[in-house]
Amino acid sequence: MDLRLEKLTKRFGDQLAVEIPSLTIDDGEFFTFVGPSGCGKSTTLNLIAGLEQPSAGALWLGDRLLNDLPPQKRDVAFVFQSYALYPHRTVFQNLAFPLELAGLPRETIGRRVQETASLLGLTSLLDKRPRQLSGGERQRVAVGRAIVRQPRLFLFDEPLSNLDAPLRVQMRKELKRLHRQLGTTFIYVTHDQEEALSLSDRIAVMQGGTIQQCGTPGEIYDKPINRFVASFFGAPPMNLLECEVQIVEDAAWASLAGRRLRLQGLNVPPAGMHSVILGVRPEHLRLSRDRLAESWRARITMIELHGGQSHLELELDGISLAAVADPESGYHPRDEIWVGVSSDQVHILDSQTGVRLGPA
Amino acid sequence: MQNALILRRLLLFAALGLILSFVLAPFAWQVITALKPTAQLAELPPLLPAHPTWQNFGTVLGAPGFWRACLNSAIVASLTVFLAFALGVPAAYALAKLRLRGAQLVLTTLLCFSMFPAIANVAPLYLLFIRLGIRDSALAVVIAHSVFAIPFAIWTLTSFFKEIPDDLYRAARVDGCSHLGVLRHVVLPLASPGLLSVALLVFIFSWNEFLYALTLTASERSRTLPVAIALFPGLHEIPWGEIAAASVLATVPTILLMLVFQRRIVSGLTTGAVKG
Repeated sequence: MDLRLEKLTKRFGDQLAVEIPSLTIDDGEFFTFVGPSGCGKSTTLNLIAGLEQPSAGALWLGDRLLNDLPPQKRDVAFVFQSYALYPHRTVFQNLAFPLELAGLPRETIGRRVQETASLLGLTSLLDKRPRQLSGGERQRVAVGRAIVRQPRLFLFDEPLSNLDAPLRVQMRKELKRLHRQLGTTFIYVTHDQEEALSLSDRIAVMQGGTIQQCGTPGEIYDKPINRFVASFFGAPPMNLLECEVQIVEDAAWASLAGRRLRLQGLNVPPAGMHSVILGVRPEHLRLSRDRLAESWRARITMIELHGGQSHLELELDGISLAAVADPESGYHPRDEIWVGVSSDQVHILDSQTGVRLGPA
Repeated sequence: MQNALILRRLLLFAALGLILSFVLAPFAWQVITALKPTAQLAELPPLLPAHPTWQNFGTVLGAPGFWRACLNSAIVASLTVFLAFALGVPAAYALAKLRLRGAQLVLTTLLCFSMFPAIANVAPLYLLFIRLGIRDSALAVVIAHSVFAIPFAIWTLTSFFKEIPDDLYRAARVDGCSHLGVLRHVVLPLASPGLLSVALLVFIFSWNEFLYALTLTASERSRTLPVAIALFPGLHEIPWGEIAAASVLATVPTILLMLVFQRRIVSGLTTGAVKG
């Protein structure tokens, strides 16, 4: 069943927390709300769960209006960042709790808890209490308590943020596997752009209570709709350079450090435009010791090794640029190298509003 | 080094001894008085009676008025605890967890009410209960005690409930609990050490309370233990020995309650609820 958000608004006093004109989350989708803290993503999740009441607007699950249903009648499951396990109950009792409340017969509860426990590898922990478990185990119990109910929607509020890095990557894989196995809609909230890109079918990027862009991870990464989205995704983040624009022979050119770069997808810039912001992802900068076409002379100021990748900081005519390179390539700080970029990999943003101008 | 340590120990024990004797001396005095034969009551020395007697205890335990007063006290104290919880638990839950507007104002107002000295309330309550026709009844004493017990319960329970993480409350809501369901399945079990201490303190307060009980009761029918002891019938003289014996007996239930439950009044149940 689709979940539809229509003109959904939440205010806290005078403060506008969330304003979503229209959004449909498809049945079975892995949908992620991502954004910096305070962007309204968790409030949106709480509105869907019924833990907050909307100030205006409607929430539909299929043809059922959710607005007036209390959380316990919405048939959604919620996994909290803090796990929120019941400390006075064993793992078994934690998993059984929603089923007991639903009034299922004892045998059914026992069977479903056992199934869920074996799916998540919790069988040996069923008699333990939450305080006896490690962080990863608690996380798994929290997920188990959600899936044991077979709800219509799964809501995740930063479920991996309290785990250490290796565990986080492992749980990410498990969540994705789980989503494939269950086929139920997952709605996921995170501030971690990498998590959002790697997990989601579609992503809504939020800032200031509104959705800036909604699309597949590919669309978001390759065609960011504005400066915020462009700089939010990617590590190291996209290079943003302000450049002057010139029209020569019906084509737009940017002048960068004394050289010109053809702006594809911006053939006719709006009248009166003098400058644009060029966005270039670090991995799209081609580095070379030899001079290439469309390239600039730059100096390496810093190198950070990130395992299989080196992050380089370059200086190009007073501008600082981030780039990535193969650690095998043998660059050193203070090396002079050539940096090239192909013009179809340059994002063009309005220098005033930050809105994407091209390429389409 | 060694000497400094011993000295510190000695000072610690001396301090403890001083505090203990300060707290226990009146009680010890009562025990001694209760065990003295009537003739020796006014004699000092000896501090301890040469021939301790159980006669005072016998007289007290044999008096029907004593048992009646015990029963009254038990009824009053239990009902006060019941009333404080019946009103205090839902109120504290709402104040702690439901994000009410003006919750702080409510709490402050309650605090102000419970700060009135008992003597300031006692006359109005007396007149009120005469109007209501419930003077000289256990109910009157229960209501008077609740004037203190309910704000106390609300304040203490609110702070206990606040310590329960909000996410647990939210999780229970999503898992299928109504507001009352969260209270029953999550909040009450987790706050049980707190509930127990509040119950004990209210019970002991009500059991020991004297001023209201004295003013609002007029007959053996409704007198509580402290009042009954103070008004112990003496024909020609004040029966100090019997009063002392009754006082000692009256403290037994409170001491027993404390001994039984002190182990259960430990916090730390919430460990492992949320991260950390």
